[in-house]
Amino acid sequence: MDTSFAYILHLADNALILGQRLSEWCGHGPILEQDMAMTNISLDLVGQSRSLFQLAGELEGKGRSEDDLAFMRVEIDYKNCLLAEQPNGDFAKTILRQFFYDAFSFHNYTALLQSSNEQVRAIAEKSLKEVTYHLKWSSEWVIRLVDGTEESLLRMKTALLELWTFTGELYTPVDYEIKAAESGLGVDFDKIKTLWLEEVNKVFDMAGIKVPVGGWMQKGGKKGIHTEHLGFLLADMQYLQRTYPGQKW
Amino acid sequence: MVKDQASEKQNIYKLLEQVCDPEIPVLSILDLGIVRDVILKENLLEIVITPTYTGCPAMDMIEVEIKAILQGNGYEKTIVKTILSPAWTTDWLTESGKEKLLAYGIVPPKGKAKGKRALFADADEIACPQCNSENTEMISQFGSTACKAQYRCKDCQEPFDYFKCH
Repeated sequence: MDTSFAYILHLADNALILGQRLSEWCGHGPILEQDMAMTNISLDLVGQSRSLFQLAGELEGKGRSEDDLAFMRVEIDYKNCLLAEQPNGDFAKTILRQFFYDAFSFHNYTALLQSSNEQVRAIAEKSLKEVTYHLKWSSEWVIRLVDGTEESLLRMKTALLELWTFTGELYTPVDYEIKAAESGLGVDFDKIKTLWLEEVNKVFDMAGIKVPVGGWMQKGGKKGIHTEHLGFLLADMQYLQRTYPGQKW
Repeated sequence: MVKDQASEKQNIYKLLEQVCDPEIPVLSILDLGIVRDVILKENLLEIVITPTYTGCPAMDMIEVEIKAILQGNGYEKTIVKTILSPAWTTDWLTESGKEKLLAYGIVPPKGKAKGKRALFADADEIACPQCNSENTEMISQFGSTACKAQYRCKDCQEPFDYFKCH
């Protein structure tokens, strides 16, 4: 598989899978305004994935459309980070997952403004404006919940225990990311790691909580080795196109 | 010939004026500032547009409507091209577009688009479109569509949409 295709597909999969997860909150948010915030962010992520899938399809050159890439691939072909596919859990877990991802995405898109590929730069410029809102929203909620009630703090601590193990994969590059960095298409992961940790520490300091020290970091999503949750998500998301291939609105 | 092309372009812009944002029907796509270029080639008309937000569901419908109105007026070969850069900003909303928004009950963006990274920063002071009171509060950065925030007037108690700076 062409490495630049794999790299862009990975970025698209991150956005699509997290967008799909967030959309599960539609009609179930703790209050109406936050229900709408989560679905707004979901829509932005799905929008970003569309731009990236279109580019991936062009790079691959086999005539696959954005819909083919989104709906007609199986788990092992998906390259999203494990973090993106983790179930929503409660509001605290969704917020923390979003914050970890937004902190990565913000710095990743900022770095991609310097990509050697013009279309990647354009997608990054566009997406960064949206992710800036997302990161502000999720950062503020991390602070509110940690610095809220005993119950909200307990839930955030539980979420941190459950999710921390999936964060290392965000800034640990796999082969196609290393090649993308070398060619100028992608980003320097040493820098992303530093920026991500600074961002997380800054918000955690404001909230009054510490990042865990050490611990085993899960990996595999970027190479198609997923947790069991992705299959159920895809079954839900892909059902219509699998049952009625090519069906349109 | 040059003059002819200029007047033809003007004619095309007049047709595009009739295409509205399906979610905010008082605004034309020209008011929104999403039409970036009109390129006339031999037997081919290219309309270049840019989305407000990447996931804006109105874009597909806008594309269909642009094609429909132009094809209905003799431009059979019309293509719509979407570009992402430079990224759309509320600074491109026209003044008349802002007036239409306010008359429709949506407060237009106040000031220029700027960075929004400061946490818990004070929300922009926005006057209520119903009673003009400045005693309002932001309920959420995210509203009924991607481009709007939700506000509430603390005097007349009416909630309202604010077309946020972007």
